[in-house]
Formats: sequence, structure tokens, C-alpha cells
Amino acid sequence: MKIVVLVKPVPDTYGDRVLSLETGLADRAASETVLDEITERALEAVIRHAEESAKSGAGEVEVVAMTMAPADSQSTLRKALAMGAASAVHIADERLAGADLVRTAEVLAAALRRAGADLIVAGNGSTDGSGGVMPSMLAELLELPAATRLETIEITADAVRGTRETDGGTMTVTAALPAVVSVTERMPDPRFPALKGIMGAKKKPLEVVALDDLSAELEGLGVALDETASARSIMVAATQRPAREAGEIITDDGTAGERIAAFLADRRLA
Amino acid sequence: MTMPSRTEMNRSEAGQAEAGASQPSQGLSETSAEERAALVEAVRDFADARLAPFANQRDADHEFPVETLCEAGQLGLGAICVREDVGGSGLSRLDAIAIYEELARGDIAVATYISIHNMVVGMIDAEGTDEQRRRWLPQLTDMSELASYCLTEPGAGSDAAAVATTAVRDGDDYVLTGTKQFISGAGTSAVYVVMARTGLTDDGGVDPAQRGSRGMTAFVVPASAPGLSFGAEEQKMGWHAQPTRAVVLDGVRVPASDRLGEEGEGFGIAMRGLNGGRLGIAAASIGGAQFALERTVAYVKERATFGQPLATRQHVQFELADMETELQAARALLERAAAKLDAKAPDAPVACAMAKRFATDAGFRVADQALQLHGGYGYLHEYGIERVVRDLRVHRILEGSNEMMRMIVGRAVLGER
Ligand SMILES: Cc1cc2nc3c(=O)[nH]c(=O)nc-3n(C[C@H](O)[C@H](O)[C@H](O)COP(=O)(O)OP(=O)(O)OC[C@H]3O[C@@H](n4cnc5c(N)ncnc54)[C@H](O)[C@@H]3O)c2cc1C
Repeated sequence: MKIVVLVKPVPDTYGDRVLSLETGLADRAASETVLDEITERALEAVIRHAEESAKSGAGEVEVVAMTMAPADSQSTLRKALAMGAASAVHIADERLAGADLVRTAEVLAAALRRAGADLIVAGNGSTDGSGGVMPSMLAELLELPAATRLETIEITADAVRGTRETDGGTMTVTAALPAVVSVTERMPDPRFPALKGIMGAKKKPLEVVALDDLSAELEGLGVALDETASARSIMVAATQRPAREAGEIITDDGTAGERIAAFLADRRLA
Repeated sequence: MTMPSRTEMNRSEAGQAEAGASQPSQGLSETSAEERAALVEAVRDFADARLAPFANQRDADHEFPVETLCEAGQLGLGAICVREDVGGSGLSRLDAIAIYEELARGDIAVATYISIHNMVVGMIDAEGTDEQRRRWLPQLTDMSELASYCLTEPGAGSDAAAVATTAVRDGDDYVLTGTKQFISGAGTSAVYVVMARTGLTDDGGVDPAQRGSRGMTAFVVPASAPGLSFGAEEQKMGWHAQPTRAVVLDGVRVPASDRLGEEGEGFGIAMRGLNGGRLGIAAASIGGAQFALERTVAYVKERATFGQPLATRQHVQFELADMETELQAARALLERAAAKLDAKAPDAPVACAMAKRFATDAGFRVADQALQLHGGYGYLHEYGIERVVRDLRVHRILEGSNEMMRMIVGRAVLGER
């Protein structure tokens, strides 16, 4: 069985994240690039499954980490390999800079077709963009079932099963393979990669894929190789979030209630 | 509160060190700058999650975090420079010092215990037979069992060749009797490498030809050996997160097959072990001081006196400049020593002694200055700086006091041996 985990390099949430006001894109040089936490957890869950499967003799599970990201974010894929993925696929092409969700989904779908996966696992969102729709878009493009926002995941030879929270309770969902699933941060804590794993990561295959390498698959999906004249979405303006101002502290001298009401009314919050 | 600039500084330095130290370490893989950065990042993640948040509490509670050490073992931190066939990580000394520095940024006492454990494991790896390696090392490399180094005695500290613990041959066994003082990890460790005196005459005296360093032999002793017992936990100034106890050997029977090396080779084995040990202690001094410096950089920006942040004062800036410079100098000297040990250069022991002396003195001074710049708050346990000062103080004393380090360097300078 081959499981592709979609991992995403994101700016470290620990530091300040900066938006380039010129391009409207995240300034990746402004903070360290790390693996998105949910995708790390997704990877952990899948690697555990692969290890257990190997131990119990249930068959070999090949774990592939895949990302579409700028060329300089390869260290995050090395981390995925150090954690235990068998190989990695890095879709890197300057023509993809600033690709929107639809474009990203098309390219990932093409690469997934090329890789041929029994199961595709993604996070339910990332800490940088937060579209949260990628797994569903991929399922649509690949014509596969999607089981999203799973809080537990159980993989068998021909199906994937998990639970998802709803407003009213907990739902158990099952999808026949091949399928796409997305998981939440309820997945297990990611392991620390072992020193040996880090050194071994260099010897594992890390394939860099350019857009042209995907021309056949993109064509198969019925989408253009290049998103040329007609961009689907255009960033109109980007502004820096204004600095937070100090709040106003109201000390109750008997009139606090009125003053709070007036404060809210002034800002049309009441 | 980390200084973002430091990551880059260290990384580029790792790269330079790599370029400077072109000799690949023997039998070990060579690490690229990118791999070194990944190693450091992984260890930092571990230290940030498992060490730093608990360092103050472990210090206060005198808690030796055995479970955390077990987890460190899973990462391969128990046998950093040990060969892979027995579960070691197969890395170089240059890698190891970068790793100890990161560990010590989280918790000095835990980092230095890990260094001591590595020293003992490394000694069995380097000096043991294949059979001994296979027997003792797999549980030690993954830190499911811990190890201690037993050289010092009440009458043998700096003068390590004055060891009085005896090992009397009796058939296929040796019988060990004596007291080892100040043994890190004692009582918890499963394995003790003990340096004892052989070359005794039949009447129990010392054969004149076997006096001093020549008559010493190393043994691997399991905690379960009858006759082995431990003193009370010493009440120390620092290093509270690891126990120090006396180890008492009262007629402990050790099969000859557990002798490490030949009779008479014990002193050399003990000293070769310490070369790497000193690198670890030095690296931990740099890491602990680096933590204190980072805290101080943040503090002087926040703390205002006389209407101005401390950071605007030239005096404060100069102090910070000196602290940073001393640590970088220590790092450079340490990388030089590690590269020499990796290359098995003949002057590696001198380079290790020099780096140990310089880095442990510099680390202590930087930590003390960090405390000074924190004012009264630096003296409070809560801020973590006084702990660093207390922890780093002993680095100038153990694994060869800094006076002994000067003795080694001084002899080399004078061309003596
Ligand atoms: C917390 C802690 C943990 C330790 N862990 C271990 C361990 O795990 N295993 C182990 O074997 N040992 C361990 N030690 C022991 C340590 O290595 C010794 O304390 C150290 O070697 C110094 O020996 P000493 O205490 O007997 O001091 P001494 O040798 O009595 O020295 C006292 C002072 O005199 C100086 N001095 C000595 N001789 C000379 C000279 N000829 N010229 C000039 N100055 C001199 C010394 O530098 C020192 O400043 C530990 C010690 C401590 C405090």
C-alpha cells in the first residue's frame, strides 16, 4: 500500500510572520520555515500505521511525503524523511509562486496521479493560509471519496475509517480506498526525529518535480499547464495588520456599566 | 525569547567549522552543514519541549529525569559517537558538541549527565572486545540503562593515578575493594566502569614496577554485583537534576571477561575517555551560558532604570559584546579540539584540555555577568539565571580541574610529556 501524506512548509508560528505588502505573499525570509504542525501529526499517524503494519506482517506500507513549495524549503521534507517517510516528492516551480487554492489543488492532483496513491492524507488546515478546502478539492479533481476532519484514523487493506466531530456529536465515517482524508490536530504528537534518521534522510529519494513534468497528468485532468492570461483570482490590496493599541481599563466607580455600554455603542458593537 | 539571529550565526559557523575541519572522522560519517543544522534543530526541539520547561523545577526538586533520558535515548542521544552496529548514532565529535550545547541550553545538569553517560558508553565501544560491546552496549545506547564513570576516590582526585581501590585476581575473577567518590548517576546507573589497582604483590603491597598510572585496570561492573553499594546523595551547590554518590566496592567479584582492555591499561582508558568527556562539559558550559545570555538580551531591553532601558547604556552594550565574544571564542576553540579528536591528532588531548579550561571559565563568567545584569531578579530562582551559575560552577572542577588542564597545556607548551 502506498500512502501519500501532503505536508506543508509554513512560517514558524513562534516568530512574527510578515506579509510582503508588494506581492501580498508571505515573506518567507522573515521567519524560519517549519513543517506545519498538523501535517507533522498526520505524518506521525501514518508512519505509526506503517510501522505497526510491518511488525504484524500485515504488509508493507510505503509512506511518501509530498509538498508543493518554494525550492528553498527542502529542509522540511528532509525532516519528514528523518521522521520515517520512505521518500519525498517536492513540486517546485517558479511559475507556481502565489498559486491560489484552485491552482494548487490542480497541481497537487496531477502529482498525486503521477505518484499513484492508495490513500492521501492531509491536514484539515494549515497555520499560514487557512483555506481548509484542499482535501475536498483534491478529492473532487481525483474523483475519490473524501473523509475530512478526522480525529482518529484507522487504515485497513481496502478502507480508511475515522471519527469526526460535528455540532451534535461524533460521526464514524468509512471510505473505500483509494480515498482522500484530512486529519485534525488531535492526531498523535509527532516524534522527534532520531539522529540516525536525520543522517539517513539524505540517502532517501527526494524527487523534485517541475510543472512540465506534470504536463500529461494536468492534461488528463483537463487543466492548463500554465495559468497564463486569465488568472482566476487577483490580490487587489494587502495591508499590514495595524499594531494593537493598549486597551482601555475601566475602573468601577459606580458608572462602569454605563461607560462600557457607551464604549460598545460608540463602536457599533451593541 | 530566543535571539533569532543566533540560529543563523550557529548554522553558518557549523558550515565554516565543516570547511575548516576537512578531515573526516574515522569510521564515522561526515556531516554536511545542512545535516548539522538538522541535527541541531531536532535536538533543540527536544530540549525546548522536554528540558527547558522543567529545568527550574527539577533543580528545586532534585529530580533526576530518568524517563526523559529514556526518551533522549530513543533519539540516539545516549551514544552519539558510538558505532551503529550496537545502536550508536555514529556521529562525529563536531556533531556531538553542537548537540550538547543545545541540550544544555535546556538543562545543564541533564545535558552533562548525558555527556557522562556517552563518555562511558564510548569507552566500552572503543576499548571493549566485540563480545563486550554486544553484551553491554545495546541497553546503554538507547538509555534504557544508564552508566557511570568511577575514577575519583577520597585520596585520588586531581592525582588520579593515586587510585587505591584494589582488584585482586582470584581464579577467573577479580575481587574489587575500595571507595569511589563523587560518582555522577551512582545509585541509578545500571553499569559502572571502575578504575582499580592491579599489579599487587602476594602480600597485598604494590609491585614497584606497577606504581601510579601503570598499575591501573578498568572493569565493567553491573549494579547488581554483590558487594556494590552507594553512599547518600551528596548535597551540592548545583547539578541538582542528577545524583552524585559514593560507590562502595566491598569484595565485588568481577569475572575477568568484564575487564576492559588489558591489565595496566586502565589509566590510559580513563584518560582517553576524558578527552571526549571534556568536550561535552565544555559544550554544556557554552550552552548554559548561551541561555543566560539570551535571557539577558531580552531582559535589558525590557528593564528601564533612570527612564531608559538598560540596553541603551554603553556599559551594558559592552558587557553584552564581551559575553558574546567570549562564547564565540570558546566555541571556536572547542570546534578545533573536536576536529582534532575526530582526526585522532596526536595533540588532541592538549586541544581538549585547552578548550575545556577556556570554555568552562568563559561560560561561568558569562553566566555570572548575566546574573549581574538581571540585578536582584537574577538572584531569584524563578529567573533561572542563578541555577545556571550554580550548575556551571562545577565544570571548572570536574573531569580534570582547570588547574590540571593548565598542567596539560603547560607541559605541552614546554615540550614535556
Ligand atoms: C558534582 C561532581 C560530580 C563528579 N562526578 C564524577 C564522576 O562521575 N566520576 C568521577 O570519577 N569523578 C567525579 N567527580 C570528581 C571530580 O572529577 C574531582 O572532584 C576533581 O577531579 C577534583 O578532585 P578533588 O575534588 O579531589 O580535588 P583535589 O585534587 O584535592 O584538588 C583541590 C584543588 O587543588 C588544585 N590542585 C590539585 N593539585 C594541584 C597541583 N599539583 N597544582 C596546582 N593545583 C592543584 C585543584 O585544581 C583544585 O582546585 C565529580 C565531582 C563533582 C563535584
